[in-house]
This record gives sequence, structure tokens and C-alpha cells, in this order.
Amino acid sequence: MPFELPKLSYAPDALQPYISKQTIDFHYGKHHQAYVNNLNNLIPGTRFEQATLDQIIKEADGGIFNNGAQIWNHTFYFESFSPAGPREPSGQLATAIANSFGSFGNFKEQFTKSSVTLFGSGWAWLVRKPDGSLEIVQEPNAGNPLRNGMVPILTCDVWEHAYYLDYQNRRPDYLQAFWNILDWEIISKRF
Amino acid sequence: MAFELPKLGYEYAALEPHIDARTMEIHYTKHHQAYINNLNNAIAGTDMENRTLAELMTGVSKLPVAVRNNGGGHFNHTLFWTVMTPNGGGLPKGDLLDAINRYFGSFDKFKEQFSNAGMTRFGSGWAWLIKAGDDLKITSTPNQDNPLMDLAETKGTPILGVDVWEHAYYLKYQNRRNEYLAAFWNVVNWEEAGRRFK
Ligand SMILES: [Fe+2]
Ligand SMILES: [Fe+2]
Repeated sequence: MPFELPKLSYAPDALQPYISKQTIDFHYGKHHQAYVNNLNNLIPGTRFEQATLDQIIKEADGGIFNNGAQIWNHTFYFESFSPAGPREPSGQLATAIANSFGSFGNFKEQFTKSSVTLFGSGWAWLVRKPDGSLEIVQEPNAGNPLRNGMVPILTCDVWEHAYYLDYQNRRPDYLQAFWNILDWEIISKRF
Repeated sequence: MAFELPKLGYEYAALEPHIDARTMEIHYTKHHQAYINNLNNAIAGTDMENRTLAELMTGVSKLPVAVRNNGGGHFNHTLFWTVMTPNGGGLPKGDLLDAINRYFGSFDKFKEQFSNAGMTRFGSGWAWLIKAGDDLKITSTPNQDNPLMDLAETKGTPILGVDVWEHAYYLKYQNRRNEYLAAFWNVVNWEEAGRRFK
């Protein structure tokens, strides 16, 4: 079974004015789709032909890793958004964030800083470590923390394609917008 | 001596339609300027202030990562603006054309390999034509690394470089890096590349 582009749970213009329809059309319709197409072209005849994306992230290298991880990362990223969801965590995740970072405000500040200072293309992640604690990590390019035994909770795509049409060089403005479209009900389920 | 944004040899709109004026303006006044500001901050009050940009590059493996990233950003963009011109394109001349034919078989084969280096650089980075001893080579570097850096996988003197960070082409070409790389050939300043080859 070839990999397929997962459906978005919202309309491409649903995240405006924070993320434009034009950005979603390219980011989801072109970039995410290209990673799917590329992976489907790369895996026939390799040991990853029947593999899951998780297996590819843990074991593959080169183009198969890059495209497989980018499918996973983008699916996870686009799934975190909704036009109207709770914009702050509650329950166990809220407690865990407060325990690890002091407060949700401090967490936002640290996650924003991690996203803004990542040099080049990549992803900022909130992860749960094997000891159960939460941590913010940066991954370059297609990097995914599953490869290091961590559980992803939240991610922000800081490839320039994620924000350049809307914010150009102003990555901090994109990060500010990011917090207005996160759906913490969805994100809490990952914890 | 603090580093400064070098003058651009042409107007922002001069490379239209291949590179649009808005991209040029943001790329030059925002991205390049930010690398310079960050580089100046990284070297302020240290003996790195007394070194040339080339000296910082060739010894970068022993310097802070901010110098690698922002010094590289300053070096690479400074080169990039000069290897483009509104009267560009066409063929290289003289010794450089001879060398390209010799090492790559033909100018078209060279173009194909150089574009391929730009296309296959995953993430942000640069594709380069470099002189390494008597050889001409095509290579690519991640982020703001360059072939002058002592930590580069393939070292040499840059003759031609193209920026394949998405900020270099996204406003006009979006995901179509291939179209940007095809358009680049129309603005290449072969006279400048020839000078760098000597
Ligand atoms: Fe992306
Ligand atoms: Fe650039």
C-alpha cells in the first residue's frame, strides 16, 4: 500500500489570518504531497517497502528517512491546528507542563525561543522523555525525536516554506501566530 | 572593525523577472543584514574582530557556532550578489569556459550537475562551483557553510554559488526550486565568475 496524503480536518482558509490559505495550499498541497510521492517512489525494492513511518524514522537514512520523516512531521503538525479549539492545555498535560517549565507562559517562551533560534530548516519539539519528564528539543531538516526514543507531543515547522508567504523573514511573528491556532484538546491526547 | 552590508551593484528590480524586486529587497536588507548584525555581536570584544572574513572562514572549526552561521551567511551572500547581474547569462569566457568544458564535458553538462547539486541539497544551503587546486568541482553545503571553511567536506575557492534557502525563491517560485535554479542561469555574472577563477 503506497503512503497517502492524510486529509486535513479543516478548510485551507480556516487558520486565517494566522496562516493564510495560500500557505496551506502550498505547504499541505505541494510540500507534504511531494514527500508522500517521493517516499512512494523511493521504497519499492528496499527493505522499507512494507515499513511503517515509525520504522522508517528509526531505521532509515538518506532520502527514505528524509521523506518518511517529513510525512510524519507534517501530518503531526497539521493535525495540531483547528480554527476553534482550546488555546491552552488542561488536565494532566497542563500539570506536566507546569511541573517541567514552571508555567504555561514559561513553556511558551522557551518553545518560541527554541523555534526562533533553530538555524536553517527544521522542527522544534515538545517531547516526553523515557523518564516521563517533558523537554523542548530542536531537530534539523527532517529530524524527528522518535529516533531518539522520545515521544513527540507538539511540533512547530520552522522551514521557511511554513511561514515565508505570510511573514517572510519574521519568524518570531509566525511563532506568535502559532499559539493562536493550536488545539490543545488534540495535543493533550498525545500525552 | 565591524562588518558592514556591502553595496549592491544593481537595483532590487534589476534581476526581474528571474528574481523579483521584493525578494531581492528582503533578502538583502533583512536576511543579509541580520547575518552581519549577528556576526558583529558574536565577535565583539574578542580578537576575532581583527581578522578578515576569509580568515574567520578558514579557521571556523575552532570558533563559536554563531561565527560559522553568521560569518558564513555574510560571506555567502556577499559573493551571491556579485555573481549575478542584470546583463548576465550566456556563456563563460576564456579560461573558465575551457576549464568547464574540460572538467564537465560541456557547458550544458556542467549546468545540469550544478542544478542537480542545488536540487538535492535537502533543507537550507548552497550549491557551488569551486576551484580546488587545479580541479574544478561542484559541491553543496548545508545552511551557511561554504567551501572555504576548514570544516567543509569539499574545500576550495568559490567561483559561483547559488543560495537554495527557501527565502531565496519562495515569494516567486514557492516549492518550485527547479524553476528558480533554471532562472538563475539568466542572471549569472560570468565576468565575475571568471575573475574569481583566476
Ligand atoms: Fe513544512
Ligand atoms: Fe539567503
